[in-house]
Amino acid sequence: MTPKHADDTGSHERNLMNTPETPEAQLASVAAVEDAKLAASQDSLSQGRLVFRRFIRHKPAMISAAVLLVLIVVSMTSIGIFGIKGWWPHDFKTTSVATNGGVPSAEHWFGQEDIGRDYFALVMSGTQVSLIVAFLVGISGTVLGTVLGAVAGYYRGWIDAIIMRIADIFFVIPLLLIAAIVAKTASGAIASPWFLGIMLGVVSWAGLARLVRAQVLTLREREYVEAARAMGASSWRIILKHLIPNCIGTVLVNATLATASAVLLETSLSFLGFGVKAPDSSLGLLISQYQNSFTTRPWLFWWPGLIILIIALSVNFIGDGLRDAFDPRQSGRVKKRNLAAAALMGIRPIAVPTATERTEEAVGNRPPSGTGGIEPAVGPVGAAEEDRKDEEGKR
Amino acid sequence: MLQFILRRLGVSAIVLLLASVLVYFLTTISGDPLAGMREQANDPKVAAQMQARIVALDLDTPWFLRYLKWLGGAVGCVWGQCNLGTDVNGNAVLDQLGSAAASTLRLVLLSVVIACIVGILVGVLTAIRQYSDFDYIITFAAFVLFSLPVFWVAVLLKEYAAINYNNWIANPSFSPAQIVLTAIILGLIVMLFMGGSWKRRLLSFGIVAVVVGVAMPYFTWLRFWQYPQMGPAVIAVVILAVGAFALQTTVGFKERRVWLPALISAVLVMVVYYASWNLLSEPNWWILLGGLVLAIAVPWALGVWLGGRFRPQAVGAAMSVTLTGAFLTIVDHLFVTWPGFMALKPRPISTIGSNTPNFKGTFWESFLDNGTQLLLPTIVLAVVSIASYSRYTRAAMIDVQGQDYMRTARSKGLPERTVILRHAFRNALISIVTIVAMDFAAVIGGAVITEQVFGWKGMGELFQTGLKNVDPAPVMAFVLVTGGVAVLFNLLSDVIYALIDPRIRV
Repeated sequence: MTPKHADDTGSHERNLMNTPETPEAQLASVAAVEDAKLAASQDSLSQGRLVFRRFIRHKPAMISAAVLLVLIVVSMTSIGIFGIKGWWPHDFKTTSVATNGGVPSAEHWFGQEDIGRDYFALVMSGTQVSLIVAFLVGISGTVLGTVLGAVAGYYRGWIDAIIMRIADIFFVIPLLLIAAIVAKTASGAIASPWFLGIMLGVVSWAGLARLVRAQVLTLREREYVEAARAMGASSWRIILKHLIPNCIGTVLVNATLATASAVLLETSLSFLGFGVKAPDSSLGLLISQYQNSFTTRPWLFWWPGLIILIIALSVNFIGDGLRDAFDPRQSGRVKKRNLAAAALMGIRPIAVPTATERTEEAVGNRPPSGTGGIEPAVGPVGAAEEDRKDEEGKR
Repeated sequence: MLQFILRRLGVSAIVLLLASVLVYFLTTISGDPLAGMREQANDPKVAAQMQARIVALDLDTPWFLRYLKWLGGAVGCVWGQCNLGTDVNGNAVLDQLGSAAASTLRLVLLSVVIACIVGILVGVLTAIRQYSDFDYIITFAAFVLFSLPVFWVAVLLKEYAAINYNNWIANPSFSPAQIVLTAIILGLIVMLFMGGSWKRRLLSFGIVAVVVGVAMPYFTWLRFWQYPQMGPAVIAVVILAVGAFALQTTVGFKERRVWLPALISAVLVMVVYYASWNLLSEPNWWILLGGLVLAIAVPWALGVWLGGRFRPQAVGAAMSVTLTGAFLTIVDHLFVTWPGFMALKPRPISTIGSNTPNFKGTFWESFLDNGTQLLLPTIVLAVVSIASYSRYTRAAMIDVQGQDYMRTARSKGLPERTVILRHAFRNALISIVTIVAMDFAAVIGGAVITEQVFGWKGMGELFQTGLKNVDPAPVMAFVLVTGGVAVLFNLLSDVIYALIDPRIRV
């Protein structure tokens, strides 16, 4: 999300809040329609509530969130965590003789591996570790990236130069390489997935820092920052209370996407042998241990991979939902229902032209309607453009 | 421009230097290089080995002095006196790096090129058909693809694609069920892409399904899978079709200044096809390179000479004809070689290594050998990048389509193809170029994993064994190559910016 979009969204909202008495304005994006409905019902909702409402109406994101929640709950309760015993009768460390060649059965849902350990318990423990690492990477990387990006953008000058050159280092070295080295160092020092997660977060902040910096560079010229400064707020207060909260969209979306890629990063590292080490287990480690049993006992290979896919996919979809919620102009989903609602309210939506209509347009039968999607309201966007020009002028 | 490039190079050099210090330091502290031997240090044999390793890794010097020593050797590469140090066993890293870098970069470049072409194409199509079923399906597929763990897909492809294909090629035939299923699936894909009214969709589905359903048994009956053939007629038809497509998407068929160079190029391709047959039966890389230069230079000259006001379009159309022709000529030679190659290697797609050990054959046979080994890893790497490129392209295209100049372009009556290609796509390319350049380092990272699964002796292997042995020299060689390539690509993207966007004149 570029800062420009964020600006657009912001002024979009402001405009709607300020001018509820002119619904004839060409409000057309789905979000605008929904927001207008809210404005009409005299419920004044904060921006946060609006975003949240849009998010919980995003079906793929909600389904993904449910799936992820189920997976988290199952993995935590089945074999237990922090020494608390779970409901699954088998332990992932107990070896026994594999019954019936370890084929999945009612007793062992995911079957058993070579030395008779229950595979469901193993996969669940791997899932726990992978989830913990991924979330830690997401959190620590996000905190670092946000703070460093905001500091660089706020102070500019040599602080900015230093932070951004350090960020450049992480663009020159492939992430996998630096992560492998750091992970090996970390697991040599303290062999714990918690430590590994934090250390991996330390090397994956650069992308977010760039985005936040770019946004802060424009935000720091806003009037409210000037006002805060005039009232004697300290730099840290401005950064923490005014700048970072205004980047929250970018930060949240990227935190989610970073978590999704952290799942893949950790499993890849464990697969290569640099990440989680036995006796801990991780989904990547399980795949690398059992990739050779593919022909004889394919379930040993399938389950961990599928679970990685499920985690990464659902986190990605949640990220997508967040992005749509924060930046409705990029939203890819238009419902006929919403268009109908807009029509009922006397708001004229611009129809989505079909392929044939577009060709006709090109020939000149129709007035061109531009985007091929729903057009953003003209006024707010124009305002945003002006805002942006203003800021550029100031810089 | 030159000053700008030099400044960028200077900054990049500093960043690379910092990166190398960081990696060197982290590698040295990442573990104990003597860990395996310490327990039996009382054994005189092991003690001697330990001593040898201490000497090999120069462990008695502090790490920064060792780093400076390495840096001195590496800087020598600028004037051709490379010394990248030695690994644990005392072998020079430079000797290993050459072949490793060649095989890895071949893999990475090929998959980036494929991913660019396919990803950008899919992205543009989904942007044009925004909110269609095609768009939704591609979006979902892209999400699945970049949520897939690379190593898992690699193992799956190895087990299913390679082994099943090898079994199948021994006695190729399709069951009726397979034919029907393939016909329906391909028909559905084309139908979704074509869009339009239901009549049009059903028609495109029917045509594709029937063609595929007839073609599959027909090719089997021809024994095409064992004895593939194409011949000049097919080539002529295909290059004419490509030329027609290029015309259709740029200026249409009426413009003589554009179709004439394309037609002349097509005739030239056919002449060269016959004239060069014997030469190309036993070629070498220089001949092929010469052919490529010809395939670029001749259409360019034709376009400049005949194109007039439509020079870029004329060059583009003519060049797409010659490049397709060159590609098809090579494919035809490969087709002719295929039966002989199959005799040498009855299970063509093997899953270990970047080439078959002790493989001896003609130029084209070795080419096929390398190619079949390259196939699966390239697919694995390309698939993930295709997903992300298509998403970025789609977002960039949609972003551009909301701009005012698009409305202006449409309202002044430009044909849709001009609006999409020259007003939308060209502007969207600016952000796509950035993404591709930045993604390159990530692709190399993916290559490390892919190489591990497919047992390649590439840079991934170099890096992994180096890191496992706490041996900085091979790790640094990896950093040097990937960092250098990343810097190069970023520079390239800056130059391409200036070419695409006249506003950027630096």
